[in-house]
Amino acid sequence: MTKLLIGNLNDVDIKGSRKLRVGDTEIALFRLSSGEVLAVENRCPHKGGLLSEGMVCGSKVHCPLHDWRIELHTGEVQAPDTGHVTTYEVEVDHATGSLYLTI
Amino acid sequence: MTVKRKKLIVVGNGMAGVRAIEHLLKLAPEAYEITIIGAEPYPNYNRIMLSSVLAGGASLDEIIINDLEWYRSFNITLYTGHTVTSIDTAARTVYTDKGVTAVYDELILATGSNPFMLPIPGTEKEGVIAFRDIKDTQIMQDVSQKYSKALVIGGGLLGLEAARGLLHLGMDVSVVHIHEYIMERQLDEAASRMLRGELEAQGMKFLLKKQSEAILGKKRVKGLLFADGEMAEADLIVMAVGIKPNVMLARSSGIEVNRGIVVNDYMETSLPGIYAVGECAEHRGIAYGLVAPLYEQGAVLAKRLAGAPTEGYAGSVTSTKLKVSGVDVFSAGQYNEQPGTKALRFQDETEGIYKKLVIQEDKLIGAVLFGDTNDGAQLFSMIKKGENIKGREKELLLGLEADALASPKGNRLEGMPDDEIICGCNGVTKGTIAEAITAGGCTSVGQIKACTKASASCGGCKPLVEGLLQLYAGEAAVTVKEGICGCTTLGRDEIVAEIKRMKLTTVKEVMHVLSWNTEEGCPKCRPSLNYYLGMLWPEEYVDENESRYTNERYHANIQKDGTYSVVPRIYGGVTSPAELIKIAEVAVKYDVPLVKFTGGQRLDLLGVKKEDLPKMWEELDMPSGHAYGKTLRTVKTCVGSTFCRFGTQDALGMGIRLEKAFERLNAPGKVKLAVSGCPRNCAEATIKDFGVVAIDGGWELHVGGNGGVHVRATDLLCVVKTDDEVLEWASAFLQYYREQAGWNERTAQWIERVGLDSIKQALESPEERAALVERIQKTLSLTTDPWKQIVNTPELRKNFEAISLPETV
Repeated sequence: MTKLLIGNLNDVDIKGSRKLRVGDTEIALFRLSSGEVLAVENRCPHKGGLLSEGMVCGSKVHCPLHDWRIELHTGEVQAPDTGHVTTYEVEVDHATGSLYLTI
Repeated sequence: MTVKRKKLIVVGNGMAGVRAIEHLLKLAPEAYEITIIGAEPYPNYNRIMLSSVLAGGASLDEIIINDLEWYRSFNITLYTGHTVTSIDTAARTVYTDKGVTAVYDELILATGSNPFMLPIPGTEKEGVIAFRDIKDTQIMQDVSQKYSKALVIGGGLLGLEAARGLLHLGMDVSVVHIHEYIMERQLDEAASRMLRGELEAQGMKFLLKKQSEAILGKKRVKGLLFADGEMAEADLIVMAVGIKPNVMLARSSGIEVNRGIVVNDYMETSLPGIYAVGECAEHRGIAYGLVAPLYEQGAVLAKRLAGAPTEGYAGSVTSTKLKVSGVDVFSAGQYNEQPGTKALRFQDETEGIYKKLVIQEDKLIGAVLFGDTNDGAQLFSMIKKGENIKGREKELLLGLEADALASPKGNRLEGMPDDEIICGCNGVTKGTIAEAITAGGCTSVGQIKACTKASASCGGCKPLVEGLLQLYAGEAAVTVKEGICGCTTLGRDEIVAEIKRMKLTTVKEVMHVLSWNTEEGCPKCRPSLNYYLGMLWPEEYVDENESRYTNERYHANIQKDGTYSVVPRIYGGVTSPAELIKIAEVAVKYDVPLVKFTGGQRLDLLGVKKEDLPKMWEELDMPSGHAYGKTLRTVKTCVGSTFCRFGTQDALGMGIRLEKAFERLNAPGKVKLAVSGCPRNCAEATIKDFGVVAIDGGWELHVGGNGGVHVRATDLLCVVKTDDEVLEWASAFLQYYREQAGWNERTAQWIERVGLDSIKQALESPEERAALVERIQKTLSLTTDPWKQIVNTPELRKNFEAISLPETV
């Protein structure tokens, strides 16, 4: 388990996304309307679509390739499709806006 | 875990065996420790969709039914690429060719069938294959890249689907058939002839009444010799003459085998603890080769293994559909007249429709439908029920009343058993659909589709799904209104009217005030609302980038591997050597893997990394070609009077003027224009949203054309004399379309919906036109080039870059 300083809250737009690579893993960061910042592996379990390019609706992202829906808190693919995406813990320091990712 | 789980092994990892396991896991998830052994190197895939893969309608990934994750999630041990070589029935142990030994308490044989290869010389040559699995499909795709001539032996369902796929792959295809007419096991002669006519029109050739004698060639196939001494050349021969149950393993294990593995009504074989299901099984003398019976058998077997009550399997009445040829054909039951039967026929050669019903003792026992198969599912259900149709024969022949399904008289669906398959493509039973309606609260076909996948593939079962909806949801189904998406029950017109009436100004506000049932909408309604708000309030509304599709958000087309493409704006398709050099230099510098021309006469730089996009745009220093958006794409042109001998007008000048006038315009759908300099119409203006064709002393203006999914030729809107009038009418037409059409509705669909006359009427008066022109100009005056804007705005530009290497805390 490593904790990384990955940037600042302002780096990610609301309902937007940024991606980053840690070792061999590409991770997609999302900032929800609620203010939460969530991180999942940047790969849809269906066809490997880049989730960072998808549309964020509430706490779910829609994969741009075939519209699979993934709940960003849990990484669970939503019915009627099934599957799971790895999630990563993100901490926001609200005093400084710093973002920390644990991997 | 107090109870020790029994060990269940399935030999065969195909549709029938895995289907039975899916059922079993629902009924008794804790009862068994399951192992599945399959010879193919894939998880369970949908074999019936291979035809669609070949015909380009689906990718291999898309036909996987259960991915590896599914097996893992149910703790199923899966061996792919393993063939079971023997079963020691006394020791209850199976052995595979790769040295795996596994012990079972219960064993399911789901070994499927093998393609039947004609016993003629030469079948071992390279380029002779069957059409059965993913491997065969891949071989066909590879061969089509290198060779041109294909022969398909067998003019049945499978052969025609293979032939259709090979045609799609660009091969020259002939179907060799031993009988006088094709699909004789599913169709009567009249329907067969009509089908052949349709397929010939698509480019398929037929060699009928031909018996294959020998395959010619040295190492690779060269041709096929027939019994009559004639010969046909071939680089590829696909054998599609039939299948035979794969019974080798059962036979060598001492299990009773006839044509297939003999089973009783509970799918039990002659040895205790061993079952057979699917194409390898023979039930009451029949081995089925279609999907619905296999699913029905799987359901019975699952109940048996779970210890749930079942009346057993009583056999299936089967129906046939030809899926991939673009020709609608359906047959069911006994469709050829026998003594004691009567037939009703309807044949309309102008429309290419043929229907036949076969009736015995006032019961419908068979049907053939050609060209219009909408009633297929309903007729099939009546055949299976064996209900009395006295007095309704003509009504059935000429088309059923839509609500006859739910009428108390025709309560076919009510009496249908719960485990009967409604949707053959996805194996959805009546019970599953009924539950989705009653317990799951589905009130529309769309919701049922989302919840169960019924009617999600070919759509042939939609009438039955609708019937079930009426049956189980009653009033709720009748009054349900399909909204623009699942998040609302409101339609486009209601939403636009409410936005205007209450002066709603943001997507969030619309959702809130109009009681959306989701928190932040979905990829259907978000872009729609974003468009409507921008169209209604061009000056006040701030476009919501996050409510646009990926392509529009990043102003580039996303490709299958996550890279993007760049199409710069080249007005009217007229460029210069200097501009081409610049584009080439940028392509070289950024190592662009593919440069091609688009269908709209523009240059496309493909395979660009997202982080390179802003840099390339900056160096190109050209406006965005908007090849990715619901906006003006390109204005296609011919050379016109500038160089052409026949050109009557300056098509290039007109094209450039139109493209400069309307670039960056947000529209409900993509908008394509074309200008031809004479009636020869080399720019193909009559399949564009707005097409301009020069005539001597003026221009014809054509609207509502489409060359895409559903080809539609334009309607003539009017003829004008001057260039300025072309601009005026184009502006008025496009603005009227922007204000009236639904988001994602192309002009072709819109015209089909509202009618040309209503559009002509709206644009008739000069005052109306002037008002529309003024509104579109206002909208256009507020647009800027997105590429420049991103290049010069760090806040936007950051979204194209990955976050740089993080540091450890």
